Amino acid sequence: MSLLVVDNLSLSIHGTPILKDVSMKVDPGRILGVIGESGSGKSMTAFSVLHLLPNGADLSGNISLAGQDILSCSEQQLCGIRGRDVGMVFQEPMTALNPLQTIGAQVAETILIHERVPKAEALARAAEALRRAELPEEKFPLSRYPHELSGGQRQRVVIAMAIALRPKLLIADEPTTALDVTTQAQILALLKRLVAEDGMGLMLISHDLAVVADLADDLVIMRRGEIVESGAAQHLFRNMRHPYSRALLEASGHVPERATSARTMPLLRLQNVVREYESHVHGWWGRTDRFRAVDEVSFEIRKGESLGLVGESGCGKSTLTRAILGLEEIQGGEILLDGKSVASDHQANRDVCRRMQVVFQDPYGSFNPRWRVDRLITEPFHLLDDPPRGSVREAAIVEALESVGMTADDSDKYIHEFSGGQRQRIAIARALIIRPELIILDEAVSALDVSVRAQVLDLLADLGDRFGLTYLFISHDLSVVRSITERVLVMKSGRIVEEGPTDRVFDRPQHDYTKQLVAATPVLPADVA
Amino acid sequence: MLQYFLKRLLSLGLSLVAASIVIFLALEVVPGDPAAYMLGINAQEDTLNALREQLGLNGTILQRYLSWAGGLLVGDFGTSYTYRIPVAELIGERLWVSLPLALYALTLSTMIAFPAGIWAASRRGSYVDTGVMGVTQLGVAIPNFWFAMLMVLVFAINLRWFSAGGFPGWDEGVLAGLKALTLPAVALALPQASILTRVMRSSLLDTLGEDFIRSARAKGLTRGQAMWRHALRNALIPVLTIMGLQFSFLLAGAIIIENVFYLPGLGRLVFQAISSRDLIVVESVVMLLVFAVILVNFSVDLAYALVDPRLRGRR
Repeated sequence: MSLLVVDNLSLSIHGTPILKDVSMKVDPGRILGVIGESGSGKSMTAFSVLHLLPNGADLSGNISLAGQDILSCSEQQLCGIRGRDVGMVFQEPMTALNPLQTIGAQVAETILIHERVPKAEALARAAEALRRAELPEEKFPLSRYPHELSGGQRQRVVIAMAIALRPKLLIADEPTTALDVTTQAQILALLKRLVAEDGMGLMLISHDLAVVADLADDLVIMRRGEIVESGAAQHLFRNMRHPYSRALLEASGHVPERATSARTMPLLRLQNVVREYESHVHGWWGRTDRFRAVDEVSFEIRKGESLGLVGESGCGKSTLTRAILGLEEIQGGEILLDGKSVASDHQANRDVCRRMQVVFQDPYGSFNPRWRVDRLITEPFHLLDDPPRGSVREAAIVEALESVGMTADDSDKYIHEFSGGQRQRIAIARALIIRPELIILDEAVSALDVSVRAQVLDLLADLGDRFGLTYLFISHDLSVVRSITERVLVMKSGRIVEEGPTDRVFDRPQHDYTKQLVAATPVLPADVA
Repeated sequence: MLQYFLKRLLSLGLSLVAASIVIFLALEVVPGDPAAYMLGINAQEDTLNALREQLGLNGTILQRYLSWAGGLLVGDFGTSYTYRIPVAELIGERLWVSLPLALYALTLSTMIAFPAGIWAASRRGSYVDTGVMGVTQLGVAIPNFWFAMLMVLVFAINLRWFSAGGFPGWDEGVLAGLKALTLPAVALALPQASILTRVMRSSLLDTLGEDFIRSARAKGLTRGQAMWRHALRNALIPVLTIMGLQFSFLLAGAIIIENVFYLPGLGRLVFQAISSRDLIVVESVVMLLVFAVILVNFSVDLAYALVDPRLRGRR
């Protein structure tokens, strides 16, 4: 008998339909992968199983967990089921834990809520759960607070909380999306091990086909609140029938086409760049530790080239980006754009800065919500000594918007009226408007769904060819970097550890760290449809 | 934790020194000669000089500052020009009215604000919430001296439960003293409680929307358990900040209420001292209030560290 059976589940919130006739089942000891882009209803399906829904939610259909009808349970019965029979792991480990309580107390709480046991016993069992999540007490005492742990370690605490009572079903909602690739691989392996050990059923929700491909026994593909295709994972990957599933698969392995031409002239050159911070101060007047975020980095980008820079969070990528843009002062070495230094006398050089622009990761946070699009995208004009006015300015706005596939009408809208992908197009329009030579893309497509990401990558390739742009493409996502760059740098702890043509670096990595990164990156099965 | 404590203590000391200099200089530039004021307009120049000498008004600014600040350190606040008694004694007497009044008002406002804020937040959007928000809106808007006079009319003049003003002194018994402070404390607490309720409510609502509340609910905690065990302590930090500011205000800002109820507190003392150019009293009271404000902020900083482990420093 199946552990979880969801049958014809429909959900609406304040009258807006969210889910429509969703059916799926999870068997003990098996992993069901639920795949979909944002807004497809995959998280809401998970929350429906726990009946943790916002006010105004209206559910119909059937959910049965080990034979028990969830939808007819009282709130009190549901509290007895949550945490005991069903554990849940969320996407954002940085905020999923109470910052004011120790990790031991938070894991023990799962036990104390459901069982009448002395606190000491609950703590001992919490230590055991943390050990199973690979946080042994010797190295990570129960008295640690969440802020003393990294993102991956916090996710292990959340997992320990979820499995402390050995639930029958574990729901993991994008458990690794916020994590680095090597941490992601470890967390996925941990989940797989726990499923095997406890005979637990796992519902693994992800937007990333490749993450689920290795792990899942069964797959469900969702779109706009409906299931478009489902079946055994191996079979489904080889025989995708629904056009959406196929589009999703193609988009995740999408390689934009780019014209290649001879590139010899160096545009940006970094020579032994050092960026240090003062970190921990010992005592009041004691010595200060210096932390090298960027350590003797040298490289160059040739005109018209796409260069990738990969590395995990904290490796110094973002600091390096800011240094190149002249936003951070460097303590050693030099950064030259076409032979001119980006900063001098503690100030960024305007005439150098206007030749490069940046597109950041967050399509939501990087715009002032109170400005209209025309004002947003003309912001770089302040770098010009004589910014265009009147009809010239209008024409520049229209041209920038049209070159990224938007229309002139969009210029008097506000940013909240656009989707994530459209916002990123606007961010690119903002970068393009002063005709820069170099565009730095700092995780510019990381927050986008695969199909939107594929479109934006195509757009970048097209713009690169049309305007002769040079790209520095910074990302933690190796597959994206692979699809759009010709040459790649691998960065670790502030240093460049490997450099070379992208295909060579990823197919035959030399440095141990690159090998680790490549091995940890989830890949789609080679023989998919 | 110790380092955090010592750092706060150092900043407390520096703030006090800076404040004493600012207060001293500010009163230096205020026009009006205390000696001339005391002796009247027909005083002879040599009489004035003699009095200035006696009051320590001659000498350089630095000398006078050092003798004043040095005196403060050993508890010698000087002698009031008008009352002719040591300022320390004068302040001590008045403090016994102002401090209990401030504490009384703060206790009242906390006792109202915490339950009301929690109640409103836990029933967001309900009639309870709307009602609490409406009443607190009114509480913020009503001037407290007007409310005080209204209470005098109702409870002192019509119902005769309380006296309309004055303070019998603590010698008459604690209850008699508290009774005399009740109406002023309520008048002071009303706007404070309203503000604090609103802060408590919005801070709690913010916290209830956090991811870790969802985690707690997924563990099997009820809505109420999640709020009491996880949300409340996290919501406390902005509330503590406001409480610290309010206590300082209550201590220093009760001038109008003390006048309405004719209470012999610090507010009235400083009010009278300013009008009679009793500079030494003004300086000392202002310095004392500054000290109180800085001390309260220091305690709030320590309270933050007790609530939030992230401030206790790394191990």
